[in-house]
Amino acid sequence: MTSARFVIRHVGPHTTVQDSGRPGLMRFGVPASGPMDRRSFAIANAALNNPAGAAGIEVSLGGLMLDCVAGRVTVALAGGDFRMAVGAENHGPHSVATIAEGDRLTLRPGAFGSWAYLAFGGHLRSLTWQGSAATHATSGLGGGALTSGAALVIDGATPCPDRHGQIDVSNDHSKNNIFRVVLGPQDRHFSAEMITAFLTHSFTLTDAYDRMGVRLGGPSLRPHSALDMPSEPILRGSVQVAGDGVATVLLADHQTTGGYPKIATMLACDLDRFAQRRSGDRVSFKAVTPTEAIAAARSHIAEFAAEIEHIRQPRQTLAQRLLSANLIGGMVNARE
Amino acid sequence: MTAPFPRFRPVADHAVLVEFSDQITDAAHAEVLRLDAALAANPPAGFGEAVPAYVNLLATFDPALTDHDRITDALRGLLIGRDLVQKTPALREVQVCYDADIAPDLDQVAQMTGLSAEAVIAAHLGGDYRVFMYGFAPGYAYLAGVPQPLHLPRKPAAVRGVAAGSVIIAGPQCLVTTLTMPTGWWVIGRSPTRILRDDPARPFLFDVGDSVRFRRISRAEFVAASVTP
Repeated sequence: MTSARFVIRHVGPHTTVQDSGRPGLMRFGVPASGPMDRRSFAIANAALNNPAGAAGIEVSLGGLMLDCVAGRVTVALAGGDFRMAVGAENHGPHSVATIAEGDRLTLRPGAFGSWAYLAFGGHLRSLTWQGSAATHATSGLGGGALTSGAALVIDGATPCPDRHGQIDVSNDHSKNNIFRVVLGPQDRHFSAEMITAFLTHSFTLTDAYDRMGVRLGGPSLRPHSALDMPSEPILRGSVQVAGDGVATVLLADHQTTGGYPKIATMLACDLDRFAQRRSGDRVSFKAVTPTEAIAAARSHIAEFAAEIEHIRQPRQTLAQRLLSANLIGGMVNARE
Repeated sequence: MTAPFPRFRPVADHAVLVEFSDQITDAAHAEVLRLDAALAANPPAGFGEAVPAYVNLLATFDPALTDHDRITDALRGLLIGRDLVQKTPALREVQVCYDADIAPDLDQVAQMTGLSAEAVIAAHLGGDYRVFMYGFAPGYAYLAGVPQPLHLPRKPAAVRGVAAGSVIIAGPQCLVTTLTMPTGWWVIGRSPTRILRDDPARPFLFDVGDSVRFRRISRAEFVAASVTP
């Protein structure tokens, strides 16, 4: 098995190793963690035909610069509008390229999106905790945060040039700023006026935004009681309101219980899109019934499975792609 | 709104919250533990995980396989079940060293409670502790059972950089921290007992519902236990 080796030249804060996460441990205070945008992470792995959930890197707006110091490996980039430079080549936000010894790989954020995912054609060597490389940012448990000067090793690195080029991502949700929620489970602690304010005003993501959650700016949603409520379980997607009326949406590394009332909980199928919003972006919330939420989840699951299956299909060889672009085709015809 | 307990509240597209009370009571917490044990013994189709808390329990599910109504029906069925095997709570021991330099609030707790530092230690060791829930961070187990004389409100502001392994108290609760983090609770000792363990068969020292006893150790024992992984 050959390995590829990188040295991290520059990395911003909050850039971590992630895999599909470690569900099932919330009863021990452990959220599942895993990628903030699970769909994009799955796309990056599917584009290389990796096993679902193979460990990769979640890159924050701080960007990433890696030098390949040994070997050769194919990488896939997915997520927000990030640009990837490999040596002298430039690639767009959903793309696959091979990086070899002596090349520098640079990821820089573009116009939108908060997170990008880098998957490797091979096995990213990383620490695991409870069977998962997903990093729980607060504790550092799991694969951990990337640090400048450290090395990254990809075992079993296999260049796969047949997968180079653009990833065919069908659904662009980047313009949709409405997020579906089911009200509660502690909406009873809010007056009807506060519920209306929550559902009719828009909110801004503040810069208090990390893997635990994001605080929202907007109208105060002050609860009318309940600051002495017993702590209750929290989920990824819980919209928790502190006593000062400020709402926070809990995300991948959320705490598992808390004593602030949750006015609403965002549908899991809308969370990937939400996590790609940036500080300063405006969002609004739409209440759906639990039945509508189930229908939305099921349609999302089906669409997502079809999309991943499509991306997982081997791309054509370079010759076939040129043929379909009618370049070689023209030459072949000319010889006849 | 005024439906009798237990109440079943749908959460997002993948969970149901079961509430047994809106006040912390032993009876409501016993109901949580009973349902938790029943779910573990007979998980309904599509069930994900259970998160037990003081007086409520969250049950997650896979929306591809089931929905809020079916999970709620299954939970109701489990609550009606009469043939439940009650889980016997295990007794876990946590070592604690109360030396002043690693128990920075012991003197102030003594002053505020009107007790001597030794009396605070004796009271803490005499508590009958139970694991009520985990929360906040991995392995943060909230233990109820701090004796009444030691009940203190939190500090007005959190103190940063409180070391992992700190034994901290606030109100009726005690906790052994697993990470170095800010806290507004009172730091009365330090424990070498690991809550997050390397043992894959038992990665967390406590289950919710377990009984906990603190055992005082000397500084030498603390140091020896701290170097053992």
